[in-house]
Amino acid sequence: MAEASEARIEDISVAEWGGGSLPYSVGHKKLGMWLFILSDSLTFSALLIGYSYVRVASPSWPTPFHLWPTIAMASLMTFCLLSSSLTMVLGVNAANRDDRRAAVRWIIFTLLGGVAFIFLHANEWRGLIAEGVTLFQNPWGTPLFGATFFGLTGMHMFHVATGVLYLGVMAVGVSTRRFGPEHVEICGLYWHFVDLVWMFIFPLVYLLSVKMH
Amino acid sequence: MAANREQHESTMMTDRLVVSIWLGLLGLTGVEVFLAYERLSLHLMLTLLMGISFIKAGLIMAYFMHLRFEKRSLVLTLVPTMIIVISLLTVFFPDSVRLLQMRPR
Repeated sequence: MAEASEARIEDISVAEWGGGSLPYSVGHKKLGMWLFILSDSLTFSALLIGYSYVRVASPSWPTPFHLWPTIAMASLMTFCLLSSSLTMVLGVNAANRDDRRAAVRWIIFTLLGGVAFIFLHANEWRGLIAEGVTLFQNPWGTPLFGATFFGLTGMHMFHVATGVLYLGVMAVGVSTRRFGPEHVEICGLYWHFVDLVWMFIFPLVYLLSVKMH
Repeated sequence: MAANREQHESTMMTDRLVVSIWLGLLGLTGVEVFLAYERLSLHLMLTLLMGISFIKAGLIMAYFMHLRFEKRSLVLTLVPTMIIVISLLTVFFPDSVRLLQMRPR
């Protein structure tokens, strides 16, 4: 009787959803990152939908972005983020092969892509502020333009800056054997999410505001 | 962690596939920039650009974020949740058109 009971408990604990196995076949840290990404995607969705709302509701939304420098620089920033996502995947693959040296190298390349993005973005902000664009006013009329632009891109840049710090910690941790392949993969999930969000900000904020000649 | 690693190794993407996805994403970005300079109506432009952005997001999630190789239960938990909640957020969107058309002139 006791043996049957133990066998029953064992069956339950190893069953899917029983608590003794991983129902999603991923570790709890990775699942935690996915849940964070899910919640953060809703934050960005709310911001992007809010931006689209005020844009459609405004009869004279400014379209001030010239091909040079704004659209060209924003395209270059997109290239930086997409390329850093590529190097991140290569870093995850290297970590899974237990090739720590290659993993650290690819993570550092990813980090440099993030730093380049921040540098280009900060330079663009500097140019816009010099033209008189602030949170509450701009030379083109609709005051909400500055608030939505700086709010959206600032929130994204904050995520990129956080990702750069995360990548730095990861590079040190992998080289000192403190972090393993799963940690690199989780860090990669965060970085790809930052890239994914930019894929919506770039067309909505920049490409729909190009100045036609 | 060991199980996770074994699973990842069995589905690890080749470098060639990763580079192909990256090139595809760059190509789609080029198409978006090209479309931005075409004289299209705002609604058509928005539809086209958002359509391409969703394709890019799908490629990033499926390949770079490895979701294509994860267990179906994880995909079915994350993706429909995300789609439903984001769709619910857009419930306010038609009000923007009302605001535009009913604004005092």
